[in-house]
Amino acid sequence: MLRFLAKRLLVLLGTLLVSSFVIFSALFIAPGNPIATLSGGRALPHASIVVLERRYHLNEPFLQRYWDWLTGVLHGDLGVSITLHVNVATLIRLRIGTTFELVAYASVLIVLFGIGAGLLGALKPGLIDGGVIIGTTISAALPSFVAAVVLITVFAVNLGWFPAQYNGTGGLNQVWHLTLPAISLAIGSLALVARVTRAAVREEAGKEHVQTAVSRGIPGRLIVRRHVLRNAAIPITTIAGITIASLIAVDAVVETAFTLNGLGSYLVSSAQNKDFAVVQGICLVLVATFVVINTIVDILYALLDPRVKLGTRAG
Amino acid sequence: MSVAPPASGRMLRAGTRGIKGTGWVGGVCIGIIVIAGFVAVFGAALAPHDPNAVDLSNAFVGPTAGHPLGFDLNGRDLFSRLLVGARTSMIGPLVVVTISIVVGSLLAVASAWLGGAFDTVTSACMDVLFAFPGILLAVLTAAVFGASLTAAAVALSVAYTPYVARVLRGAALRERTQQYIAALEVQGLSGFAICARHLVPNVAKLIVAQGTVLFGYAMVDLAAISFIGLGVQPPQPDWGVMVAEGETGVLQGYPAESLCAGAAIMIVVIAVNVLGERLIDKAQGGSR
Repeated sequence: MLRFLAKRLLVLLGTLLVSSFVIFSALFIAPGNPIATLSGGRALPHASIVVLERRYHLNEPFLQRYWDWLTGVLHGDLGVSITLHVNVATLIRLRIGTTFELVAYASVLIVLFGIGAGLLGALKPGLIDGGVIIGTTISAALPSFVAAVVLITVFAVNLGWFPAQYNGTGGLNQVWHLTLPAISLAIGSLALVARVTRAAVREEAGKEHVQTAVSRGIPGRLIVRRHVLRNAAIPITTIAGITIASLIAVDAVVETAFTLNGLGSYLVSSAQNKDFAVVQGICLVLVATFVVINTIVDILYALLDPRVKLGTRAG
Repeated sequence: MSVAPPASGRMLRAGTRGIKGTGWVGGVCIGIIVIAGFVAVFGAALAPHDPNAVDLSNAFVGPTAGHPLGFDLNGRDLFSRLLVGARTSMIGPLVVVTISIVVGSLLAVASAWLGGAFDTVTSACMDVLFAFPGILLAVLTAAVFGASLTAAAVALSVAYTPYVARVLRGAALRERTQQYIAALEVQGLSGFAICARHLVPNVAKLIVAQGTVLFGYAMVDLAAISFIGLGVQPPQPDWGVMVAEGETGVLQGYPAESLCAGAAIMIVVIAVNVLGERLIDKAQGGSR
């Protein structure tokens, strides 16, 4: 187990290092010189160009530049926004809370309703199961931004129950503001989790040891809890983890749809304004989070299923 | 072993045979996809009005004679914009699927066949690409090269390739251990010939199924990228762009544009997803 953990952590470090290198090099793949990319095509006074050159070590060899940049990043120095003249790290710190709250809210919805709907479908065949199948087919195909538009139309504009835009002021008000965004963010992944849960529970319920338990007259609830859910928990945890990690990318779309002031919408507007340092910084944070969550899922998977040969993930 | 028919013919038959077994639901899905494809090709000719003709006096006007869906915030005919918008909305995902399937399959088959260092290096590269969610890579690309459908499509193709490669590498490895492959090797056929004429056609069903499923994902992701303004650029009509442009109307109680474009995306994605799921079931259940 320790060897497995050490290997996973090593892979994690390697992936982080290489992906940071990819994000760093993006600046130099761009057509034209790096200064033009960094300035987003704006005309800069000579003094600023000198500052940028020194800051990004543009006069040094490529790998040296990367190394200097990386040590800067590890010390929390993500560069300076070309439009706001503020440290990128500060700009990120101001917005990361909203994004975290939104993703956490959506994750809770996914776990509660995704697994709930999957269980319902698996254990109550017939009409209810049919409903779950149709519901998940539709919501799996419902893009987050279309869900956003539908939710705003129904619950914000027509019914007036929830706000259609902007962050809340903290506490319950923030929860109230984030409800529609969280549902939009969760709805597609929720369907996926429900589908996997349904399939896993049905598969386990059909196994011989469960049939034996039924024939021994053990009450249904107990069978589900002891024999079905325990085994089904493995694929369910994996898919829940993977879909929650994938929210990190979709978050940008949902934040834009609801004009929330979080990392995702800021990433999008910075890409539109060609504020390269900000794009680089936020990408770095998001990719790192994504990779770390995926590693945690991998480790959880191995912990949950001792039969799994450590080091390989099925499927 | 008798002479195998040309690989392309077998690929095609694997596709059509797979589609035949998907039942009436599959038939409906294929019908929807064919109609969407037809509109994507001939949308501009079918559109009753100029999709970009602005008439502010018609802003947010509902359906009238000759304008079955009414007008958008600039008084442009919604139905025409929907028809013309099918082109970028359908061709974008098609490009993504084509690139990622071709590159992913090539890498997968080469990895499975050659093994060794090539396999290790390819797998390592794919693992790094897994670290970049498609939309994030597209945003990064847009920041570097400027926002366009091409940039978004290329970024998504790169992001999807590892998924294709991983699934197909497994399938190709399973196929590689089959006896008929060993028999062909003994006969002295080159590795390339065996892969091109026997191995790839035998995993063709899975490739087709994988491509179908990816089309749905690509369509949603590309529309999302256009929605956040980093894909297709207005005033070019595109379903993702239309959902975004309609947001002003949504907040004022005129959700027609956003909802129509959103519904168009969803109908095609549902059809593609349902068909893809059936094809995958068949490809996995029917594999020998």
